Amino acid sequence: MTAAIFLTWGGSLRPGRASLSVARTWAFFVALAVATLLALVLAGGAAAQSLIAVPPLTARVTDLTGTLSAAQKARLESELAALEMRKGSQLVILIVPTTQPEVIEDYSMRVAEAWKIGRGKERAQRDSGNKRATAIDDGVLILVAKNDRKVRIEVGYGLEGAIPDAIAKRIISNGITPRFRDGDFFGGLNAGVDLITHRIDGEDLPAPSAGGAGGAEDNPMGLVPLLLGSFIIGIVVSQMLGRFIGATVAGGFSGAASAAALSSGPLGAVIGAGLFALVLAVGGSRGGGGGGGGGGLQPMGRRTYRQGPVFIPGGFGGGGGFGGGDGGGFGGGGGGGFGGGGASGGW
Amino acid sequence: MKRLLLILSVALGLTGCGYNDIQVADESTKSAWSEVLNQYQRRSDLIPNLVNTVKGYAAQEKDVFVQVTEARSRVGQIKVDPSNPESLKQFESAQRDMGSALSRLLVVSENYPQLKSDQNFRELQAQLEGTENRITVARKRYIDAIQAFNVMVRQFPVNLTAMVFGYKDKPQFAVENEREISKAPNVNFGSPAPAGK
Repeated sequence: MTAAIFLTWGGSLRPGRASLSVARTWAFFVALAVATLLALVLAGGAAAQSLIAVPPLTARVTDLTGTLSAAQKARLESELAALEMRKGSQLVILIVPTTQPEVIEDYSMRVAEAWKIGRGKERAQRDSGNKRATAIDDGVLILVAKNDRKVRIEVGYGLEGAIPDAIAKRIISNGITPRFRDGDFFGGLNAGVDLITHRIDGEDLPAPSAGGAGGAEDNPMGLVPLLLGSFIIGIVVSQMLGRFIGATVAGGFSGAASAAALSSGPLGAVIGAGLFALVLAVGGSRGGGGGGGGGGLQPMGRRTYRQGPVFIPGGFGGGGGFGGGDGGGFGGGGGGGFGGGGASGGW
Repeated sequence: MKRLLLILSVALGLTGCGYNDIQVADESTKSAWSEVLNQYQRRSDLIPNLVNTVKGYAAQEKDVFVQVTEARSRVGQIKVDPSNPESLKQFESAQRDMGSALSRLLVVSENYPQLKSDQNFRELQAQLEGTENRITVARKRYIDAIQAFNVMVRQFPVNLTAMVFGYKDKPQFAVENEREISKAPNVNFGSPAPAGK
């Protein structure tokens, strides 16, 4: 936002002729910003290196130790998928060799915060058909640290009633760890999944909706400054680098941003195309059509939203992103929240 | 054309001054704080039950019961104001005392095998573990929320807006003994060391 203001200053103070020098100054600042960002990212990476990284969430069962056979994994996954189809709740399993230097609770919370399994606000609104519905937060994570001989059940906010800590502890000590002790990891996980599934089945939760009809309404007013910003950027860039490029930048930028904010790729593309045309028209140029990119950014859960528009590098102009969760495939985390409920145990 | 640009930049400047962002960040520190209180309260609420259960098997350990009960009532008396560093420190130290009284209670329980196998005690223990973990999470989120707020109100240009509307940075949880405070009392004595198996 600040960059946009700066840009308009630069643009309005030196219109017309001096556009080349403006472009050069601008390029300098862009380079500076990129360098700073890069330095920050690298520093962050170095600081985080000592901790075990959270693996990407690509399937309901993530086994980094090669403990489960493909058939066992498939069986667990089909049970977990059936649960999600039936109740909407997301239960996922992660097996890592170790969580050191962190204790299992800390690592587990980091995984839960990154994966955001369970239904967050958007999915809750979609599934209940109520635009005011709040998050259901019905995610559960089973985390096994194999070499540490530790297991944890991390329970999302919404299931703390169905699976209170004492029950989670009992599931671990009666269902999971006795089998783990005998080296039967599949049996332990299977028992754990059965017990947890049984608890969730007894809970009254909004049924999952079949399709992603409608999509959630996210405060569209938040887009107004964003669109203004892209428009201004587009105008300024078109003064510096030509109308077509300016229009493309504005279209792509606003398209990606609104696709992210509205969690709808097509809508983003429409808005992007609109801005493209607008910027092109304001200058009165003759150049031809072409739409702005409709980015496929998936909302990352409510916490990301609170911080206002967040642009994730790489989200621009891309299609897809995972979002649906229909038809048996795994749709990724639904934005559920966790507060540290659950229990841990060792074997 | 130029006028249009000017109008747009003013409009953008107003939304970009950070007032709304301050409101959002302020509110999120408040809700994070409520969650901290909520979880500490949850721990307090577990205590009478826990004490009674332990008493059933280890009535002679009077000192520990007195300590826990006193620590609990001290915590109950404190009216904490999170925007006041002094009050925050007091609150922290009272909660810390209660944490250590609780871990003493659990260490004592270690000596009573029958107590350890009592179903009720085991459930309370699981609840206590869960609550300690929730406290850790809530504290971490509060610290993060405060940090985000403080960074925001100190940075240009939002610091100007903050100054105009009288928003100051907020006191953070004491950092020097952060590790010690946020560490849950060791209540995990239920499972024997893997070597014993």
